[in-house]
Amino acid sequence: MSVVTLTVNGQDVAVPAGASLLEATRAAEAGVPTLCHLEGLSPVAACRLCLVEVEGSGKLLTACSTQAAEGMVVHTHTPRLREYRRMTVELFFAEGNHVCAVCVANTHCELQDMAVTVGMDHSRFPYQYPQRSVDASHPQFSLDHNRCILCTRCVRVCDEIEGAHVWDIGSRGGQCHIVAGLDEPWGQVQACTSCGKCVEVCPTGALFRNTDTTAEKQPNTTLPALLRTAREQHRWHNQ
Amino acid sequence: MPVPPQLRCCDASGCRSAGGQALRTALEGARDAAGLDPAALTIKPVGCLRLCGSGPLVACDGPGPTQLFGGVAAEHAGALIAAGISSGSGDALAAHRLDLEDPFFALQQPVVLEGCGHVNPESIDDALAFGTYAQLHRVLQELTPEQVRDEVRRSGLRGRGGAGYPTGLKWDTVALQPPGPRYVVCNADEGDPGAFMDRSVLESDPHRLIEGMAIAAYAVGAERGFVYVRAEYPLAIERLRLALQQARSRHLLGNHIDGTTFNLRLEVRVGAGAYVCGEETALLRSIQGQRGMPQPRPPFPAQSGLWGAPTLINNVETFTAVPAILRQGGDWYAAIGTEHSKGTKVFALSGAVVNTGLVEVPMGTPLRTVVEVIGGGVPDGSPIKAVQTGGPSGGCIPAERLDTPVDYESLLELGSMMGSGGMVVMGGATSMPEVARHFMGFSVNESCGKCVPCRAGTVQLAQLLDRFVERRATPADLERLDALCQMVKVTSLCGLGQSAPNPVLSTLRWFRHEYEAACREPATCVAAGGVER
Repeated sequence: MSVVTLTVNGQDVAVPAGASLLEATRAAEAGVPTLCHLEGLSPVAACRLCLVEVEGSGKLLTACSTQAAEGMVVHTHTPRLREYRRMTVELFFAEGNHVCAVCVANTHCELQDMAVTVGMDHSRFPYQYPQRSVDASHPQFSLDHNRCILCTRCVRVCDEIEGAHVWDIGSRGGQCHIVAGLDEPWGQVQACTSCGKCVEVCPTGALFRNTDTTAEKQPNTTLPALLRTAREQHRWHNQ
Repeated sequence: MPVPPQLRCCDASGCRSAGGQALRTALEGARDAAGLDPAALTIKPVGCLRLCGSGPLVACDGPGPTQLFGGVAAEHAGALIAAGISSGSGDALAAHRLDLEDPFFALQQPVVLEGCGHVNPESIDDALAFGTYAQLHRVLQELTPEQVRDEVRRSGLRGRGGAGYPTGLKWDTVALQPPGPRYVVCNADEGDPGAFMDRSVLESDPHRLIEGMAIAAYAVGAERGFVYVRAEYPLAIERLRLALQQARSRHLLGNHIDGTTFNLRLEVRVGAGAYVCGEETALLRSIQGQRGMPQPRPPFPAQSGLWGAPTLINNVETFTAVPAILRQGGDWYAAIGTEHSKGTKVFALSGAVVNTGLVEVPMGTPLRTVVEVIGGGVPDGSPIKAVQTGGPSGGCIPAERLDTPVDYESLLELGSMMGSGGMVVMGGATSMPEVARHFMGFSVNESCGKCVPCRAGTVQLAQLLDRFVERRATPADLERLDALCQMVKVTSLCGLGQSAPNPVLSTLRWFRHEYEAACREPATCVAAGGVER
């Protein structure tokens, strides 16, 4: 197996050729934050939290979607990166309706954790308080658009792992929202297998089980990686 | 052979909206009434005659020198017919006669627009008679793909879509990918407000674009291509489809073109009204039937584009320049323009300017020449305040910098960009924070919503700008505006987000005092913000 070596925050690391910059930063335990990225799903580079500086590159690069290359010199926590990350998280909080105290995902929310990670104690941007709806048409699960950060993990897990492609994105800009089927109530989408993978990977309380109430959601975000590895390594007898 | 006198009537969107079609019908009626044979005086619909603001335009190729008339109505039909068959023009038309020696016409150098206003866009015979497809024929018979690419590389042509990437280099990159299928794509999703160059080319001379694309396809080894046109250009789509059909029926497209082994299938794909689909990765997804959302690059489309195959994407103007480059040679083209920006560029001149229309000038022409000499300055004679280039991705260039030559680097240095070629002139009464808010509103509406800096950041920027426009901003808002513009610029995923703050940044740079004056307490603004000019 060929290997590439690079420097992350002054530390030399070696990763397999083809590995992403994110894997390299993890090898260096640099603690690059991510929200939209999830092991086992394709990278989309949407949340912009994993932006890092690579010497010689004029632009900031998203660690999740950039391949590690031989000799790269990477900085993950420069002052401006810290500032941009904080602003990004502020923008997330300001654009939705995130009320931790009454949220199913309270204490198990990646957005909440991210605020702590990047040191965001308040938003300098005014809250937008958008009018958003809740889709409770599915017998087992619900979708609360107020808490959605459009990471598209649900879209990808349903398409890439479950193969049902129930979820997609509708509208554009600030009106963007997750749609089920052809923008139908979730409960009416026949393609949905009710597997619950989307609920497990949702980083916030946007997707949840109807049986969960405040602070009771316990997601399992390792599922896609497990399933993908099992599939690739033919661990199932019927394959 | 003496050419019979003809009247060329502009039949592009601009003149159509001014009543060009009714005028042409009236002209035909007047010709019959005068008892003239259609062969004795041809009345030909043509593409753009440049001075769109004075439509409908009619050019008279009578026995004398060519005359151009603007703003003519049906009642002038008889006089126009008379002007067509005799050399002078009567008193009735004196007020409508446009001076072809005026700098607006005299300073232009048509390369891309060569055929615009001369050929009938709906007739392939007319295009062939004008020499279109001659270069495709020559290329297929005499040149290897390498020789074609070499010629384009030597011309120094750079992408006319805005970013200015060297065209020859892009063609090489696609051509040198591992063997397999390749695609050529023409980006005709011209969405910048104030830009109408590509529309004019498509409506005026579609065959030249097809020829350019066919040459490009031959040069990079593609057998399939798409022209992605925005749905807001119905006439362009209609004419392009007709032209493709005509080209197919003459075996200029399809299999074994010109008796060689070269095959090419070209199709039109119509956009559905998203500005972001002008971004190349979003455009490719849209062609594939997916939601038009930008993808992180690399991989670049030249390596992995449509259905994972190497894909050449160029703008309408870039492809349309190619036949002329091959006819006259790359060195001829490279001799026009400046050291790093070769050739000519088409601009769509609009806003507070006397002559509104299409202008093709050599690169490096000073902005002042374009807007004051060619454009004629502000209609009321007042000085120009700023010139906006590059649409919502560009910026405002202040009057004191109008002597800057128009080329990619100089405009970038001023905090604007070449963009696709829209040029909006602003008079003294224009409020810069309002201009910035206008463009930010555009970016808010056109953000695809994929990445958070663009989706949520532009909304916050628009609200901040509202505060300046409504004169309720504070010094802290000015700082926040600066910081958020920087953040959106460097952290957004695609070009749309990265350039969305440009209208704000450039107006902050050149007209910061207007923002400061818009603060509730201007004195504190100046103290806190620090004037940087």
